[in-house]
Amino acid sequence: MSPDGWLRLNPKMLAIAPAQEVVKFVPLLVVAALAGGRENRGLVLLAAVGAVVGVGVLRWLTTRYRVTPERMELRSGLLFRQHHSVPRDRIRTVDVTAKLLHRAFGLGVLRIGTGRHERGREDELVLDAVSSVEAERLRVALLDRTAAPRPASGTAALPADAPAAGQLDPAAFQPVPAWRPGGAAGTELARLSWAWLRFAPLTVLAVASVGALLGGVWQLLEQAGVDVTDVGAIEGAVGWLRARPVVAAVGSVAAFLLVAGVLGALARYAEAWWGFRLSRQPDGTLLVSRGLLTRRSVSLEERRLRGVEVEEPLLLRAGRGARLNALATGSGSGDRSALLPPAPLAEVNRVAAAVLATAGTAAPPGQRLRLRRHPRAALRRRMIRAVAPAVAAVLGLAVAARAQALPYWPAVAATALVPLAVLLGLDRYRNLGHRLTGEHLVIRSGSLVRQTVILGRSGIIGWRVSRSVFQRAAGLATATAVTAAGAGGYQVLDCDLATAAELVAANRG
Amino acid sequence: MSGQGVPVLRQPAHRVSRRAVAWWTVRAAAGWLVALVVAAGAVLAMPDRPGGWPLALGGLAVLAAAHTAVMPGWRYRVHRWEATADAVYTQAGWLTQEWRVAPMSRIQTVDTHRGPLQQVFGLATVTVTTASAAGPLHIEGLDARLAGELVERLTATTQATPGDAT
Repeated sequence: MSPDGWLRLNPKMLAIAPAQEVVKFVPLLVVAALAGGRENRGLVLLAAVGAVVGVGVLRWLTTRYRVTPERMELRSGLLFRQHHSVPRDRIRTVDVTAKLLHRAFGLGVLRIGTGRHERGREDELVLDAVSSVEAERLRVALLDRTAAPRPASGTAALPADAPAAGQLDPAAFQPVPAWRPGGAAGTELARLSWAWLRFAPLTVLAVASVGALLGGVWQLLEQAGVDVTDVGAIEGAVGWLRARPVVAAVGSVAAFLLVAGVLGALARYAEAWWGFRLSRQPDGTLLVSRGLLTRRSVSLEERRLRGVEVEEPLLLRAGRGARLNALATGSGSGDRSALLPPAPLAEVNRVAAAVLATAGTAAPPGQRLRLRRHPRAALRRRMIRAVAPAVAAVLGLAVAARAQALPYWPAVAATALVPLAVLLGLDRYRNLGHRLTGEHLVIRSGSLVRQTVILGRSGIIGWRVSRSVFQRAAGLATATAVTAAGAGGYQVLDCDLATAAELVAANRG
Repeated sequence: MSGQGVPVLRQPAHRVSRRAVAWWTVRAAAGWLVALVVAAGAVLAMPDRPGGWPLALGGLAVLAAAHTAVMPGWRYRVHRWEATADAVYTQAGWLTQEWRVAPMSRIQTVDTHRGPLQQVFGLATVTVTTASAAGPLHIEGLDARLAGELVERLTATTQATPGDAT
């Protein structure tokens, strides 16, 4: 450590960074190798590798960071000097990711987020990489609100903060036990149960991604000039399929894809959620740690938590499972806000209640909370929205068939969409509901992905009520609770105007 | 719905400045003029003009005239705002009407903006932001002096009210 507190990244990066750079520049290296004449090809390749390794070493040499009582600073670059500086009281998230190579060396990539977006890019500092011990030390120190001076914030709705000491607590800089797989200490709120693996195949995306992967591999092989049908096993399979009737052939291909998809989904679930643990740390953060090959650790300040969101995609809902996401200011949505893997609904409700209870809201909403239905006019709107596109598709295809641009069967097949659309409309209406409890606003909507938002009432910072021409005719309105967390606003869709006024009146200020 | 005890959405009390009608008219006319000149130029530059181009251009001109004539007066009737001791309200919208409220205690910044055209008409736009990503409240076409007073008042009130729920 230099006297003014500037630190370098971990020296082991001298080994990893060049390896990473070489991988990143493989296409460039290939071009370099092809461009050089036959006689000096080796020389060109050597020079290119040397340059790439040099870049990695330079990056290590020029990158320094330091933590002062007020700010976190990062300097990097030789030709283009960069100096990032973030006030510590603006730091919202400190995440650690460790890919396989990093883990082999006991390192982790630290991401320090402020939750603000500037010109479309997230404002964050990335330390690639520091040792696991250093990562944990920084995580604890940067999120320790008792150490960092911070402007007074009275009505933050969450538990009273410890008085700001204004001084950096030296204890925060003591080394802490190594960052173990499974997470550090703290109170455990949830951990992975392998029985939840049954939800993996119910995540459609995972199944579809295997199909995409197979397609991608096929295309790569074709581009590389490999005739896939030449491979013995595939040749045999194709021959076997040719000998079957069409139905059996299609059926067995579908079965194969399904099995491959399910296996892929299982593998993805296991990779992403291996060793999952959700815990409450003594410093007032929720810590999610998970991952088999790439180890991730995501910290979330409870002070910033405004609510949770329960997501039930159709298949997962059919299997009585759900996902749970945190709605926190400055953590956006997506991967970072996941509090649980796809898990049983009962577990999701239990963890949601536990998380909300720690956020200082006394009465967590019960599991079987009855929601207020929306008026019948909302059903009509749901039906029109669901059925109209299906009817339009049928009519369009029928017109095309009449004009002899298409055969008639697509139009006939498309009529099957209409009853499905009716079911969709019905389900969308059935799921529509909201409820205002003493502490929370609960909003539910959606069918293909049913979404239940439980938002702390103190986290609502404004309202919008919008009425389209059609809504005005039907006496309906859409009330949007505006919040600093998550998507920024959550809609109570198609309630009647009086209900909207009630919601607004109950949550003003 | 206006019975006792039943909450209703409060219609914001004030309209914007009457001069905003003139401002919107000039702005719309200028915008349409540019569009018409560009369209006419593009058509005349074509070596073989598609049939019916005078009709298309004429239609565009009629649309422009109708919009410029109707929009400002309509907008003046629809756009409303109010700032009470505990919240700022706005209402706007053509086909979809939107009513917004930002409680005083949640307001983060209050800005004014005056474009060159607004300065000619002595107008200003006031923007009130909260911590949400869902976007700020705009009050367009306020009298400039009134806007200055409003900003001063809002700034004083929000400073006196702690917290912003971020």
